[in-house]
Amino acid sequence: MLELKNVQTFYGNIQALKGISLQIAEGEIVTLIGANGAGKTTTLMSVCGIVPPRAGEIYFEGQPIHHMPANKIVSLGICQVPEGRRIFPYLTVLENLDMGAFLRNDKAEIKRDLDYVFSLFPILAERRNQAGGTLSGGEQQMLAISRALMARPRLLLLDEPSLGLAPLVVKQIFEIIRKVNSENKTTIFLVEQNANLALKVAHRGYVMENGKITMTDTAANLMANEEVRKAYLGI
Amino acid sequence: MFNVKELKKSILVSLWFMFLTFPIMVIKVNTIYKTIEWRWSRMAWVGVGSFFLSFVWRALLRKKEMGMKQAEEGQEQKVPLTQKLIHDKRFSRPALVIICAFALIYPLVFSLYQVNIMTTALIYVVVGLGLNIVVGLAGLLDLGYVAFYAVGAYSYALLNHHFGIGFWTALPIGAAMAALFGIVLGFPVLRLRGDYLAIVTLGFGEIIRLVLENWNEFSFGPSGIANIPRPGFFGIQMNLHQVHTYIYYLMIGMTVFTIFVVRRLQDSRIGRAWMALREDEVACQAMGIDKTKTKLSAFALGATWAGMGGVVFAAKTTFINPASFTIWESIIILCIVVLGGMGSIVGVICGALILILLPEYLRAFSEYRMLMFGAVLIFMMVFRPGGIISDVRKVYQFKGLNETTKDQ
Ligand SMILES: Nc1ncnc2c1ncn2[C@@H]1O[C@H](COP(=O)(O)OP(=O)(O)O)[C@@H](O)[C@H]1O
Ligand SMILES: [Mg+2]
Repeated sequence: MLELKNVQTFYGNIQALKGISLQIAEGEIVTLIGANGAGKTTTLMSVCGIVPPRAGEIYFEGQPIHHMPANKIVSLGICQVPEGRRIFPYLTVLENLDMGAFLRNDKAEIKRDLDYVFSLFPILAERRNQAGGTLSGGEQQMLAISRALMARPRLLLLDEPSLGLAPLVVKQIFEIIRKVNSENKTTIFLVEQNANLALKVAHRGYVMENGKITMTDTAANLMANEEVRKAYLGI
Repeated sequence: MFNVKELKKSILVSLWFMFLTFPIMVIKVNTIYKTIEWRWSRMAWVGVGSFFLSFVWRALLRKKEMGMKQAEEGQEQKVPLTQKLIHDKRFSRPALVIICAFALIYPLVFSLYQVNIMTTALIYVVVGLGLNIVVGLAGLLDLGYVAFYAVGAYSYALLNHHFGIGFWTALPIGAAMAALFGIVLGFPVLRLRGDYLAIVTLGFGEIIRLVLENWNEFSFGPSGIANIPRPGFFGIQMNLHQVHTYIYYLMIGMTVFTIFVVRRLQDSRIGRAWMALREDEVACQAMGIDKTKTKLSAFALGATWAGMGGVVFAAKTTFINPASFTIWESIIILCIVVLGGMGSIVGVICGALILILLPEYLRAFSEYRMLMFGAVLIFMMVFRPGGIISDVRKVYQFKGLNETTKDQ
């Protein structure tokens, strides 16, 4: 469904991605783990077109998207939940969700998706008229995920959804991620520093270091791998 | 409240003020007789005045702090009175009718002078609402907004001078020219935000003014363009009084039109994109909002109203020169938006009326205008940081299960 071929991305003169190649098949949950500064966020930004790659190719369902503007890519069915949530703090919860459906016109379907995300996160329904910035960290993450779901993406990109959240909330959010994947067949590309959690929900994983992919395998094999265990699982 | 500590503080403040103002308020040198007049009574006034003002000032501050504490303690925050009134239909409907009636009979009741300054104020309302799109909704700080006003005014003046084009044809042309310049400015500043954007737009405004001042062949330089015709009305000859009344009604119509369009824009898809862009650019892009198009449309649509205002301004004064389009104008328009309440239509209208009409009625104090301006701004910053009428956005009402049960 998504394929990256030797993608190289720069911030000015600094090369953040040094030739990334990876594949994601439809219906999968694939995780990308790595230390801080490895280039995980940059990988997602390159896929989304927010920080377009300087070299290499990205294909979504066979179609090249590496030269497309960000808004075109979203309209193809790729939506990102950015790192640090980035909800709109002064818009209400409903308005935030509405922004997620910005490119859609089908009112009835939007309403249905709204009910769906409210069923996933009932707390958001209670807070619907509250400003996004007044929500707790966990609720903001739920809102960020729901906002992305409102775009009805076929490929959902999640950037460190566990960042700075209490373990119980993280558990809840990861359950929802799994549920969205199994119920809607939404393909999920999950970026995480918390390798333990990520490998538990994912089918396959990639390990990233200094802008390069160093390892790839099924999640179970990565969990069992000695190096991964030492470097990322702290065992 | 009236404890000794507070009294002491106020006495200190008043002593300090008496000391500070001593040289300018008390001593007066009579240069003819070479004598010095000591006007001690003035010192007493300063002392008493600053004593009371400092008292009131601190009382207000305390009240404000108490209000904030209440809000922090999680109590239901009181809806401000102004907003309650605006949203209460029983009040707002009659108020609207009265305001409309007043606006319509205004020229019949008041003198030509009054009608004239009200027309000026209405031009600022329209221009302020335009800037409100850029600053209030899209959050792009534009300090060179007057450039678009100048573009509109000069479009009409020059087109009329060279080709004899009339007011009604020039109005859309001036608006389109301003929108074009809005896009021209928008392109280079697409990546800028906040302070950097403010500096570049400030430079842009000055460039336009300097070009108008120095390019004599094109714009007739500092001497400006005179004899710009006033708007016509199916070729009917009108005397001065009639023509000013006519421009007044024209501005009323334009104001209503502006309010209508800006309201529609606010609730539209592009309006929501502006508000989202103001808050988080990366998130906007992740949601599929075209950043370039959204920003440029804010610049272009904001500039359009300045262009129309400029055309009317040129037609009303019949004479324009670059001195009418200094940075000071930009600042006044920005003050209208900020003082009135960013993003709020009613607020911007109030801001324009207050900031333009007040100085006219306070002509007697014209030398202290700047002083009062500063004082008002500081007061606003401290007590109403959101503006006179802060932005209340429409809140979506989805009647879900919880809400209906709550209502019953
Ligand atoms: N906006 C930026 N400007 C310059 N360098 C950046 C920027 N964002 C990230 N980088 C650099 O790119 C590299 C990868 O960063 P990032 O993708 O954020 O890593 P991760 O998400 O894995 O923590 C880091 O070395 C970081 O310093
Ligand atoms: Mg990151």
